[in-house]
Amino acid sequence: MKNLILLLLLLPAVNVMASGGGQHLKPAQTNIRSTESLRNGAKYYMNYCSACHSLKYQRYSRMAKDLELSEAEVMNNLVFTDSKFTDHMTLTMADEDSGKWFGKTPPDLTVIAKARGNDWLYAYLKGFYKDPSRPSGWNNTIFKGASMPNVMWQLQGIQEAHFEEHKDENGIVTKTFKEFTNLSEGSMSEEEFDATVLDIVNFLDYTAEPAKLIRLAYAPWVMLFLVVFTFLAYLLKINYFKDIH
Amino acid sequence: MGNSSNKPGISGWLNARLPLTKVWKEHMAEYYAPKNFNFFYFFGSLAILVLVNQILTGIWLTMHYKADAAQAFGVIEYIMRDVPWGWLIRYLHTTGASAFFIVIYFHMFRGLMYGSYKNPREIVWVLGMVLYLALMAEAFMGYVLPWGNMSYWGAKVITQLFGVIPVIGDTLLEWIRGDYLISDATLNRFFALHVVLIPLIILVLVFLHIVALHAVGSNNPDGVDIKKVKDENGVPKDGIPFHPYYTVKDMFGVGVFLLIFLFIVFVKPDLGGLFLEHDNFVPANPMVTPEHIKPVWYFTPFYAMLKAVPDPLGGMIIMFAAIIMLFFLPWLDRSEVKSIRYRLLPFKLALSAFVLSFLILGWLGMQSGSTIQGYMTVVCTVIYFSYFVFLFFYSKNEKHKPIPERVTH
Repeated sequence: MKNLILLLLLLPAVNVMASGGGQHLKPAQTNIRSTESLRNGAKYYMNYCSACHSLKYQRYSRMAKDLELSEAEVMNNLVFTDSKFTDHMTLTMADEDSGKWFGKTPPDLTVIAKARGNDWLYAYLKGFYKDPSRPSGWNNTIFKGASMPNVMWQLQGIQEAHFEEHKDENGIVTKTFKEFTNLSEGSMSEEEFDATVLDIVNFLDYTAEPAKLIRLAYAPWVMLFLVVFTFLAYLLKINYFKDIH
Repeated sequence: MGNSSNKPGISGWLNARLPLTKVWKEHMAEYYAPKNFNFFYFFGSLAILVLVNQILTGIWLTMHYKADAAQAFGVIEYIMRDVPWGWLIRYLHTTGASAFFIVIYFHMFRGLMYGSYKNPREIVWVLGMVLYLALMAEAFMGYVLPWGNMSYWGAKVITQLFGVIPVIGDTLLEWIRGDYLISDATLNRFFALHVVLIPLIILVLVFLHIVALHAVGSNNPDGVDIKKVKDENGVPKDGIPFHPYYTVKDMFGVGVFLLIFLFIVFVKPDLGGLFLEHDNFVPANPMVTPEHIKPVWYFTPFYAMLKAVPDPLGGMIIMFAAIIMLFFLPWLDRSEVKSIRYRLLPFKLALSAFVLSFLILGWLGMQSGSTIQGYMTVVCTVIYFSYFVFLFFYSKNEKHKPIPERVTH
């Protein structure tokens, strides 16, 4: 029995180790319950991302419902294609064309937050820097050689990345990112830009799973019911077993 | 019971033709289970609960799913968004898959601790092991259905195992995949097997598992045979009727289980990529390999062993041997004592080492595999197999603490 308890104590440790690894990213403090943040994220997403990236499993109408926007608000301010209100948020650009223009078709982003994680997206969107050696003129500290240019450079300003070089015993040089310096100022302050990126990530976290809003709302009630049920079941069990010695 | 046909009324008429009352009595109301069941005895009924959950949610998922390589990935998102309560049905099913293995691993560990596989329960154990194999096949094929990139590459790697078999390998591989590569044909057959054939096999095996168990009676944490001491009515003195005692007690177990299970379903259904993997939210792409191909957590101990051997055929043999060895436990363990409570330190240490090696292998199977992890995998694999060798020799003339006549509670 003691061994078992030890094992059970070890299990979470195994768990933590399993979820680690890879790059160390700062946690993105998104809050899917903040409708305001989701709306702002949707606004910036539609203006800066939606020309190239589809959200082909997300309907405008569902977004309107969950973000508490009217049909008119969505259709007038957030729909830039000839889509109908109940349509999925697809592109007008053909995949073949975008493949030719960018070297790679920009991926659909509906569930990207599930695939990459919010922390990664947050770091990625902030990680663009000027790199004349790249076809687009941009590179990214999180995703080296990304085909995507920094679409938000007017907001963020232009960054330059500085790396530290390390030589190991075999003479192989590895570069690790050290810091950014600004080549030009953007229209937003650093804090404003960080908050905007966070809202976009929050919005993508929402599109990856709109049901998250529902399940999180139900969760406390389900738990409460089960606590009561389990307690009653326990009393019943005690009552039945009081004669068993 | 035998003369129930003489009883008047609908019940008498029905029972003369279908022995419902007799079955109820034999398996519930007059099935005497040892009174000293502990925590580890919740997992049998929990396994049935999870099985029913998988079947019911599975039926509802089937109503909306499309086994079509062009549509499968999108249809999952359709279920998650447009099907009323579709997200709940799907999460109950995906979380249920992992929960099934957690429950079954506890259930098997119980068997190892209390010697439940030993005489006269060898058939119960072997049927359980076949069930475990069927469950693995079921989980693997189910994992392919969402047609994410990890589904695709996982299917490729696992089916490839059959390709390394000498002579017939290539033909067998093609026969399993139904194509030269993982394709729509593979998805369709996996769907058929996942929703029809393997569930049928599992249901038949569960039935036989319980029939065999009830023929010999349940073991208990003391490993004492309660049928040796009976009262004047032929009822074991340390036995209590399964119903109502254990139905009521299991209801409490179900409550605790559901608290954890539904917490995951409602709050953290992907469990940080452990239950639903990140790479499976990328559509299947034969041109792009996931950064790190690995199966879901419940297969990783065996996957680690597979990777530990440089030769693919050797790796496959080691991996399957790790499972096959468990089948022979009833005959490898020759001790007269069943329960760990009356076995001495060497057995306790060996079992702990065995379980630890399995858990560490599970962790190693998720890692990308550094050199040191490679050594750890070899060490743990050796420990895993050593358990069976140790048990075979150690149990021959095993010394043990005195075994009580009756259960100690």
